[in-house]
Amino acid sequence: MKRFSGFLLKEFLHIIRDTRTMLILFLIPIFQILIFGYVIKNEVKDAKIGIIDMSHDNVTEEITARLDAAVDFNVVREYRNYEEAESGFRANEIKAVVVFADNFANDLGKYRSADVQILLDASDPNLANLINSYISVILNKYSHEKIQTGTPALVSTEPRMWFNENLHSAYMFVPGTMALILMLITALMSSISIAREKENGTMEILLVSPLKPIQIILGKLTPYAVLSIVNVISILVIGNVVFGVPVNGSWVLLLLSSFLFILLALSLGLLVSTVVKTQQTAMFISILGLMLPTMLLSGFIFPIENMPVILQYLSYIVPAKYFLIIIKSIMLKGLGLDYIINEVLILISITVGLIALSVLKFKTRLE
Amino acid sequence: MAEIEINNLYKSYGDVKALDNVCLSVEKNGFCGLIGPDGAGKTTLMRVITSLLVPDSGEISIGGLDPIKEYKKLRLKLGYMPGKFSLYQDLSVEENLRFFAGVFGTSIKENYHLIKNIYSHIEPFKNRRAGKLSGGMKQKLALSCALIHKPEILILDEPTTGVDAVSRREFWEMLGEIRNYGITILVSTPYMEEAVLCDQVSLLFDGKVVESGTPKQIVERFSSTIFAVKTVNIPASLKVLRNMEDAKSVNSFGQNIHVVFNDGNHSVEQITNYLIKNNITDAKVSIINAGIEDCFIDYIIRQNKN
Repeated sequence: MKRFSGFLLKEFLHIIRDTRTMLILFLIPIFQILIFGYVIKNEVKDAKIGIIDMSHDNVTEEITARLDAAVDFNVVREYRNYEEAESGFRANEIKAVVVFADNFANDLGKYRSADVQILLDASDPNLANLINSYISVILNKYSHEKIQTGTPALVSTEPRMWFNENLHSAYMFVPGTMALILMLITALMSSISIAREKENGTMEILLVSPLKPIQIILGKLTPYAVLSIVNVISILVIGNVVFGVPVNGSWVLLLLSSFLFILLALSLGLLVSTVVKTQQTAMFISILGLMLPTMLLSGFIFPIENMPVILQYLSYIVPAKYFLIIIKSIMLKGLGLDYIINEVLILISITVGLIALSVLKFKTRLE
Repeated sequence: MAEIEINNLYKSYGDVKALDNVCLSVEKNGFCGLIGPDGAGKTTLMRVITSLLVPDSGEISIGGLDPIKEYKKLRLKLGYMPGKFSLYQDLSVEENLRFFAGVFGTSIKENYHLIKNIYSHIEPFKNRRAGKLSGGMKQKLALSCALIHKPEILILDEPTTGVDAVSRREFWEMLGEIRNYGITILVSTPYMEEAVLCDQVSLLFDGKVVESGTPKQIVERFSSTIFAVKTVNIPASLKVLRNMEDAKSVNSFGQNIHVVFNDGNHSVEQITNYLIKNNITDAKVSIINAGIEDCFIDYIIRQNKN
């Protein structure tokens, strides 16, 4: 035990004395979450839109006023015709144009429906889609109200976004960033720290000492496990205070499942370190092999359902996918263990398998 | 049985024979020097002895233990200082020492007497990071760390490579003192002149042990006469002497040139006259005793001829 505690102390000293490591451990997570939070936005706020109103009656004017009043939009201009609107698009004055047909109010009265056209700048397809659905929501809401007051109205469909009523992108990226950061810190840093011992030749001395392989492994991994827990808590706090992401379920369950994911990432880092000889290769493998899949194939940024079939199958072996399901269920849906037991079991078995494999592969000699 | 007993040891990396039928025997409390140029197989041999590498074949017993099967027990008895400076550069002198003491389940206090003479040189800098020490001090720290757990066998891989001449001398004096604690020492070095300080040496070349015995024995086996030529104009003298009839080897050793002939019909006067005839007038020629390096060069020349 004395041997182990000495080893642990040494590891903490390595981390504290290396400025680069400290930066990666504590500044990058905060930066990453703020960057994801403020820069990469999947929501519409104050989008500039234009209007072509061929009818100019009380109905079209009321709808225009409603669009302008919504926080999502800002009606900046009214165009007389399509040509004018097109030059508006080209000058980047607007992102969308809502066109009301001639005799709008009359048609609505006569045929109980009237034509609205939405023109969108699809050079940014995601944004165009979002604006389209936002405008539709406002139109539908209007017609819905008119039906209730007995006035004839447009056809009504009403989507409602459950669990994320306002489509806040923070709800998406806080869990995603957490998976990414945990993968980065635990797997990358631990594999680098073991590779460093090999590169500096100190592994040679450690091997020719009475330290057992399991003591070397645990001594290397424990500091990163502790620091990752600190990171999990700070990410959740920033997510909650700055971006208003709630934790609807149990905190204990959330922390325990995060710890499970940390263990998994650590065992991945350990496995990487058993096959590499230098810090450079460790970093290369960790970033390409672990971080990119976590970012791209976990459903963090791109929905898994929209991927080519082969990538969908590949996503089954990306642990972050299960972790995201688990923490989104706990944080956003407030679900308990019984709803996520399958994902938890999958993560546990991956972890156990990886640890067993790494311990087997850990060499007690130089070759 | 001897403390280090190795018979017919082989180890290859692919086609390269790193160890080729190596035999070595060091008694308890012996002080053995492993001499050879870079790539002779010194490090490989030491790694096999410290159980870090598994040999292809051969018998090996270190401290009565088999490094392949009983490596766990063996590692408790060993002190090992690898060729590269391999301590933690970001830890202080004292932290390094405490760590290595801790890893072996002992403390600095318990075995301080063992390292006192060595550590006292660097103790004034005990709060300095190891990476900021000079080469000589790094070696002293590395030796202290290898000794702090009172090993029975100390394996040192080129401890004085890259260290200044004064520190090297000090280092070898320290090794002599360590022997007083009954520790068996195996040390490798590419510097031939250091070998005379050991009580037995083995010359390693191309993975083979080409000579072994006490430094005195090895030198006595050398039969030819060696003429030392002292001159300021070494490059020109080398060229002139190499053109001499019968010259077997002509090599510079510091400020001297050592000349060996194929037969014994040469004298100091004859060589002096020959040099004067070739416009080298300041040369002082004398007959000297062979050093380990002369034996080594002699062996390599014989190898090349065969």
